[in-house]
Amino acid sequence: MKGNEALALAAIHGGCTHFFGYPITPQNEIPEFLARELPKAGGLFLQAESEIAAVNMLYGAAAAGARAMISSSSPGLALMQEGISMLAATEIPCVIVNVMRGGPGLGGIQPAQSDYFQMTRGGGNGDYRIISLAPATLQESAEMMQEAFALAQKYRTPVFIVSDGMLGQMMEPVELNKSRSKERVAEQPWILTGHHNNRSPRTIKSLRLDPAELEIHNLRLQEKYKRISQAEVRFEAYREVDAELLFCAFGSTARIVKNSVDDLHQKGYRAGLIRPQTLWPFPALAFRSLPKSCRSVICVEMNCGQMLDDVKLAVEGRVPVHFYGRCGGMIPEPEELTARALDILSGDSQ
Amino acid sequence: MYSERILCAGFGGQGVMSLGKLIAYAGMLDGRHVTWMPSYGPEMRGGTANCSVVVADQPVGSPIVTTNATCLIVMNLPSFEKFQHSVSSGGLILFNTSLIDRQVERRDVLAQPLAANELAAECANPKAANMVMLGAYMGLKGAPRLDHVVKAMKKVFGDGSSTLFNQNMKAVRKGMEAVGKVTASKKAA
Amino acid sequence: MSVIFSKTSGLTETATHYCPGCTHGIAHRLVAEVLEELGLLGETIGCASVGCSILSYNYLNVDMIECSHGRAPAVATGIKRTVPEKTVFTYQGDGDLASIGTAEIVHAAHRGENITVIFVNNAIYGMTGGQMAPTTLAGQKTTTAPEGRQPEFSGLPLKMSEMLAQVPSASYVERVSLHHPKYIRKAKKAVLRAFTCQMEHRGFSLVELLSTCPTGWGLDPIDSLEWLEANMIPYYPLGVFRAPEEV
Ligand SMILES: Cc1ncc(C[n+]2csc(CCOP(=O)(O)OP(=O)(O)O)c2C)c(N)n1
Ligand code: SF4
Repeated sequence: MKGNEALALAAIHGGCTHFFGYPITPQNEIPEFLARELPKAGGLFLQAESEIAAVNMLYGAAAAGARAMISSSSPGLALMQEGISMLAATEIPCVIVNVMRGGPGLGGIQPAQSDYFQMTRGGGNGDYRIISLAPATLQESAEMMQEAFALAQKYRTPVFIVSDGMLGQMMEPVELNKSRSKERVAEQPWILTGHHNNRSPRTIKSLRLDPAELEIHNLRLQEKYKRISQAEVRFEAYREVDAELLFCAFGSTARIVKNSVDDLHQKGYRAGLIRPQTLWPFPALAFRSLPKSCRSVICVEMNCGQMLDDVKLAVEGRVPVHFYGRCGGMIPEPEELTARALDILSGDSQ
Repeated sequence: MYSERILCAGFGGQGVMSLGKLIAYAGMLDGRHVTWMPSYGPEMRGGTANCSVVVADQPVGSPIVTTNATCLIVMNLPSFEKFQHSVSSGGLILFNTSLIDRQVERRDVLAQPLAANELAAECANPKAANMVMLGAYMGLKGAPRLDHVVKAMKKVFGDGSSTLFNQNMKAVRKGMEAVGKVTASKKAA
Repeated sequence: MSVIFSKTSGLTETATHYCPGCTHGIAHRLVAEVLEELGLLGETIGCASVGCSILSYNYLNVDMIECSHGRAPAVATGIKRTVPEKTVFTYQGDGDLASIGTAEIVHAAHRGENITVIFVNNAIYGMTGGQMAPTTLAGQKTTTAPEGRQPEFSGLPLKMSEMLAQVPSASYVERVSLHHPKYIRKAKKAVLRAFTCQMEHRGFSLVELLSTCPTGWGLDPIDSLEWLEANMIPYYPLGVFRAPEEV
């Protein structure tokens, strides 16, 4: 099973009942799989006429109590931003998958991490944040997919799964947790069900013309984001304890960095890796308490330096932060990373 | 440390994708870390198809094999020309002489010619050229294990009792035998 | 000896990437020949849409711009309103025009935008691998309609030419087919009329070309032509749906 299909199947196990989508490479296996399988599981698959429509169908379905998701790839995500801002403002629990490809514009269809900004800063208007889960293996993709629905419900928020063309298209062994979540959403007090003439009408809305009211709403959202930042930060630390050089990489890039870290150890160098599993909230604390041995950090991404901003903010100038990136769908090889690391290490020791 | 980086290439319909899948699946049964990654998107439209397979003792980093392949299994001429330089020095090029009437130019790799289409035709299934290649690969590398390939084949193609399955297994054995023979005759020469 | 067939200078030497039996190539040739015959190659700006034809800018010997998915008519509007003396056209697939780009195409027609739209309807998403399009026929199998399109679930296929002919400011709308040389000759006349319409400042013109996608349909090239004739033409009747008085 391809990564995209594993993700789609995990969504069904995660209790997904409604999927909306529009074709775009390299995520097509998700809608194609769900077109076949979701109806068999009692759910609904509907192809939208555009990503703008898809995100708004998601809004409607989730507002009416569905455990709903959509998926797309970079340019499609860009189109969805208006809707995502709306979902954040109205606190609608739902899951949005981005199988990233190279940008900007139509860019290419090969794997890239060009949407770190889009996934952590958003392109939509307003002060909002969205939990952003970044798997590095197919096993983790499947687990995060299932968890995403739970997080969405817990905090009443959209949740992003940040995959890419590599994780989406590849195959590797996965063990799926098949205990399908039976958790029902429909009983929550904000869901639109019709008031049956026995309660006051509910509204789901984002328009607040009274500045004071809007401020209160926004501060309440911020309060929630703070709670998420405290409770839901996730990262993996690999051989970091006595690392002289600390890599930071997420998703598929981190897989390659691990190879390079091992390689460096074999050559007698102490390198380690911090791998953010949540891009937002970013695991800044991993950098606040750097191991004493750490003399520099290098951020590796399949873009021209986006997460780099967050790494620098977290390191706060304590050690130099370097960058190595490939983009456009080019994949770094471990040898390139090792060579760059050796450059930095030798420069540092002078 | 075991680390095989295989590139399977040919044109659509030659079964290079399932060839790669079988190596990966059987490799997993061998107890190793494996990944399989296809080429995708409109680049497939020209009719060429390829996939990367990594089989290793360590968790796999990049599943994409573009350079440093330890083995190239190549079924047609355009792919042969495109990829023969993706193999690292000391690697193996297993090429289908039924459709490739060239020699490997490089001297730093092990080149194994194989008339896969003809050999497959001898097994009553000319479409099983990919299976002949698989058998040859197993014969030369000693992995993945034959019983694991049988298991993988059932998983990938379903039903172990069908004639297709039997033809495929015959083709695999044919491939294994063929490399036995060819290497032997080389030694003799 | 006289030359009976020469390649139009409206096409570049680049070999196209289309699948065997795909009629995009024919559609390109018609546009190229018409623009050449009208002497407009040097005065034309084309808008390539997102779909298999996105690389048409490599094949057509005119200045071209790549547009986001569905937005070509809006881009063409911007171009035409800036350089009204140039000939401006869009080249769009059915996913592009009839799905994600419905707002743009309706409003270009609605404003009576003096542009020409070449609309290639192959009843499927070709580029992304054969998903259902709004134009996919009832019962037709696609990767996102594995059981075939079910009208009670997905609606009946959109007839864009009929729809757009209803827009008050539309000027010229015709549907033709590319499945047979006889029809291709008719199609060329339609393309010629559409561009003439633009030259005469008559406003929005559109030609819908029924086309094949052997790859997306899972048929070989010959069967595809037959499938088009047997299935598409009965549902998508050919003809002129809208014409200014004396074109
Ligand atoms: C915003 C956005 N969504 C989706 C895509 C992916 N996409 C590329 S081509 C295409 C469909 C094209 O189909 P069609 O217009 O019917 O043309 P054809 O390929 O059949 O000629 C899609 C959905 C994209 N590039 N941008
Ligand atoms: S996929 Fe379809 S539309 Fe695209 S080039 Fe191939 S046949 Fe033509």
